[in-house]
Amino acid sequence: MNILTLLVVIPILTIISILFTKDLKGARVVSAVGMGIQLVVAAVLLFMYLGARQTGNMHEMLFTADYTWFKSLNIHYSIGVDGIAVAMICLTAIVTFAGIFASWEMAYLSREFFVLLILLATAVYGFFISLDLFTMFLFYELALIPMYPLIGIWGSGPKEKSAMKLTLMLMAGSALIMVGIFGLYYNSAPNGGPLTFNIIEISKIIIPEKTQMFFFPFAFVGFGILGALFPFHTWSPDGHASAPTAVSMLHAGVLMKLGGYGCFRVAMFLMPQAANSMAWIFIILTSISVVYGAFGAIWQKDLKFINAYSSVSHCGLVIFALLMMNQTAMDGAILQMISHGLMTALFFALIGMIYGRTHTRNVTEMGGLMKVIPFLAVVYMIAGFASLGLPGLSGFVAEMTVFVGAFQHQDMFHRVVTVIACSSIVITAVYILRVVGMMLLGPIKDPHHEHLEDAKWYEKLSTVTLLVSVAAVGIAPLWLSEVISGSLKPIVDKLAAVIPF
Amino acid sequence: MTGYNYTILIPIIPLVIFLVTGLLGMKWKPIVSGLIGTVGMGTAWLLSIITAGSYFFGGHHAEGFQTIIPFEMTWLRFTETLIIKMGVLLDPISVMMLVVVTTISFMVHLYSIGYMHGEKGFQRFFAFLSLFTFSMLGLVIATNIFQMYIFWELVGVSSFLLIGFYYQKPSAVAASKKAFIVTRFADLGFLVGILILSYVTKTFDFGQLTQPGTTIFGNAASLSFMGVSALTWAMTLIFIGGAGKSAMFPLHIWLPDAMEGPTPVSALIHAATMVVAGVYLVARMFPVIHFQAPAAQEIVGYVGGFTSLFAAIIAITQYDIKRVLAFSTLSQLGYMMLALGVSGYGGEEGLGYMASMFHLFTHAMFKALLFLGAGSIIHAVHSNYMYDMGGLRKYMPITHATFLIACLTIAGVPFLSGFFSKDEILVAALHHNKLLFAVEFIVAGLTAFYMFRLYFSVFWGKDRHYHHTPHESPLVMTIPLMFLAFASIFSGYLPFTELVTSDKIGFESEMNYMVAIPSILIGFLGIAVAWVLYKKESDIPAKLAKSWGILYTATYNKFYFDEIYLFVTRKIIFNYISRPIAWFDRHIVDGFMVGIGLVTEKASYKIKGMQSGQLQHYAFAFVAGALALALFMIYYLM
Repeated sequence: MNILTLLVVIPILTIISILFTKDLKGARVVSAVGMGIQLVVAAVLLFMYLGARQTGNMHEMLFTADYTWFKSLNIHYSIGVDGIAVAMICLTAIVTFAGIFASWEMAYLSREFFVLLILLATAVYGFFISLDLFTMFLFYELALIPMYPLIGIWGSGPKEKSAMKLTLMLMAGSALIMVGIFGLYYNSAPNGGPLTFNIIEISKIIIPEKTQMFFFPFAFVGFGILGALFPFHTWSPDGHASAPTAVSMLHAGVLMKLGGYGCFRVAMFLMPQAANSMAWIFIILTSISVVYGAFGAIWQKDLKFINAYSSVSHCGLVIFALLMMNQTAMDGAILQMISHGLMTALFFALIGMIYGRTHTRNVTEMGGLMKVIPFLAVVYMIAGFASLGLPGLSGFVAEMTVFVGAFQHQDMFHRVVTVIACSSIVITAVYILRVVGMMLLGPIKDPHHEHLEDAKWYEKLSTVTLLVSVAAVGIAPLWLSEVISGSLKPIVDKLAAVIPF
Repeated sequence: MTGYNYTILIPIIPLVIFLVTGLLGMKWKPIVSGLIGTVGMGTAWLLSIITAGSYFFGGHHAEGFQTIIPFEMTWLRFTETLIIKMGVLLDPISVMMLVVVTTISFMVHLYSIGYMHGEKGFQRFFAFLSLFTFSMLGLVIATNIFQMYIFWELVGVSSFLLIGFYYQKPSAVAASKKAFIVTRFADLGFLVGILILSYVTKTFDFGQLTQPGTTIFGNAASLSFMGVSALTWAMTLIFIGGAGKSAMFPLHIWLPDAMEGPTPVSALIHAATMVVAGVYLVARMFPVIHFQAPAAQEIVGYVGGFTSLFAAIIAITQYDIKRVLAFSTLSQLGYMMLALGVSGYGGEEGLGYMASMFHLFTHAMFKALLFLGAGSIIHAVHSNYMYDMGGLRKYMPITHATFLIACLTIAGVPFLSGFFSKDEILVAALHHNKLLFAVEFIVAGLTAFYMFRLYFSVFWGKDRHYHHTPHESPLVMTIPLMFLAFASIFSGYLPFTELVTSDKIGFESEMNYMVAIPSILIGFLGIAVAWVLYKKESDIPAKLAKSWGILYTATYNKFYFDEIYLFVTRKIIFNYISRPIAWFDRHIVDGFMVGIGLVTEKASYKIKGMQSGQLQHYAFAFVAGALALALFMIYYLM
């Protein structure tokens, strides 16, 4: 069996096995084993990919397979990966694995919870391996739908309302994406012949500029909503605040990356002229969101809100960098996706663990936790350092690649907005240190917190997995950066063909 | 010129120690971490001394010292030419800095075994010290500006961790936060400066940037922004980064607060090594600044000069001995910056450059000594305040003697190291800028005064009411004091003009008595005034302070810069920016999105009555619709 198909099959088998378990203990063990295997498969895929590239296999997509499944509309189950997709798959595997352990004590309707969680992951894998727009969209939708019950049932606070808001806004996004995809589909054969959904096929033809200009905003904004594009990001604070830990992790860590990935793989790659002429609008929007999200985070008191706004800032940087449309900046965008995915998953995991102990997420009600739960506090601090871009952790690598790439742009406008985006490094430091200072350091504020228990083994496993990944990317970024920039070449070439440099 | 491969071990040793003690330290007895750290640093120190010995004194250097890169690897590739490498670069200033950093770090490690004895978090302290030393060494030996930036940030975070070492103390937490955020703000300037520089030159490499007669700036002159050339922008912004770390005015506000950290940390980070990183950065980029951005060099000079005066004035009025020393550090850093600001390039023209590096070296020794001495005093009397001290010379003879040596050195008393290096700075300033010379001349007197104000009120005067009789510190603390006192006395005799110069070629220089004699006199004047006022306790200082009135109060409150900082962060950033943004986001942006949902819901509620299920309604709608259509067709289409 194709290794990529295996990535979808293993989670499905895991789901089926969970259905045969009786209680929490069975469900979590099965999930952990399934996702553990998935992690191994993802690692194998990574090495197979590196091996194939080493031996000189320079095809754009590797491990391709293609099955027709809806002949009259020429819809295929067409799969294949490049370095970017492989990186995203590894990210998904790591975050899902950590997510299972972060929900180790999910006592309420545990089987259902794990089933939906893994269903979400399945869909994400499907999305990243798809080369057919229709199948890709199908998986995209499949990933969004489990969010509604996951937040609505297992969430906290105004969970029904948040679930509704999140789902509706993202569904509005998918409606836009659908228009964009159909636009591509109906223009995929300008010289006659069968229409196609295949990304690689469409990328070989040039769609008339007027058509691109019409459909590009649909596809870009549609995916952008999931990528927290300002001003369509407001689902994120509510949704994350209400979602249970593992769901926040998966959603912010992986699902939001579907947005950024779709933005360049579908919208920009297939409609480069339109991307080039409309980029300035979105560059302005994203440079706003980078700074605005960071300032927004300073004022928040709820840990999850802080992280949600921080995500707006960081994900804004992803789209910002993509729109710079040169290899370095786009490389930085992908790195930032991976880095943000790992970091934010780590944050949400820790927030969940801290909340489980203190029963509050309000930073003003906590203080001096470093003394009582040193493990979690230290990991939180390191995650904070990663978020504010400390060298040796992943955030720095990603941000610097973005900034250096973006600043190499010939155009003054691009360089000025880059400086604006750079200023986020200071604002980020302010809100991260504010939280660290209030919550972890200082004297213990609430006497009830004096006898909290530090992390249990599964919590340690969950956080250490993510932490090691963050540090690995941060300490030795070269190989990852090379894998990504190698795969960016066809995309950048296609963009470069239309951009007058 | 190979054979320096072992130098890579100098930063690696502290890194390994950091990882080992950081991860496993809790499992051992605390003292083990301290011993491992100290022994490791001792090894790194020996290696640095060996490196310096063979670099400076091995072979002939008539054509100048060469730049050696014994180790370099690619860390991250942005484009074909913009590559971040990690490597070791040896040239006169980096070798000198290796010696400074490892010497002070080794002494501080040794001292801390005594000073931090019995403290909670002993292991953590040593782990952080190693992390800091690693980062600082990485910064010093950077082969390219981005490597420097990386370690620059790491140094910043280790400083943050060490200032906030007593993390349960709110003031320490606040100080560490402030230090990090202020320097981060400066680092933004550094980063943007690097971006502009890399855009203009397409390289990060120091070798290419600072090569004499390089052509990479060929097209730079044509680039400008807002009427200022790109390179002036770049260099000014990079200098802002340096000014943040070296606490130049107006970014100095974090340094006095940083004294919340344990005293050995203040000696290592906030006196001798990290705070000179900014000076080092400017020295590293000196050819670029001097030839490509003379306007930026002017800024360096004036900022340095102003800071030295400003800080010296504040130092006079402070009572916390560590703060006096902190302001003294600011003032001395101002000296070094100023020296770079007035320096030329090559031969004797580059006197300022040489003097700056010379003063950096001697200052590291005597300022670390002052801080460690202060630590010894604080250790004995359990207070930071001068009015809790007095008459300590009887109880702490070694501390007293070494502290006196350090005070004499910084005051510029002849034949001690500070005299030589300060004198060179004054000579350089006199040649290039009379105004700055005058400022420095006054500062020399002020320095002598406030140091001896400190000295007399701590070691002379009346005994205070001590909780227990003050006692001399243990040997493990006094050995570093004695070593540094030795270095403070004799490091002035190092032939810096032969070794560390702007173009790496040595030159001859002679004592300029026209400058030296007046500077000695003003130094003695400062000491004499302090003698009169503070040797015996009297009420003259208080009366004097009163007579200055509002000026004194303003100085005592450090000219209210902390209040301005609080105003900017609390009021402007929190209340006037973040709060409205948070409100705007919740109510306007989100409100709009929710509004769409509500409108849809309301609209569907309104029209849902149409689907009532009653046949009469449908029949009515059908007939009415058909009629309307028929009428429409009749009137418009026919």
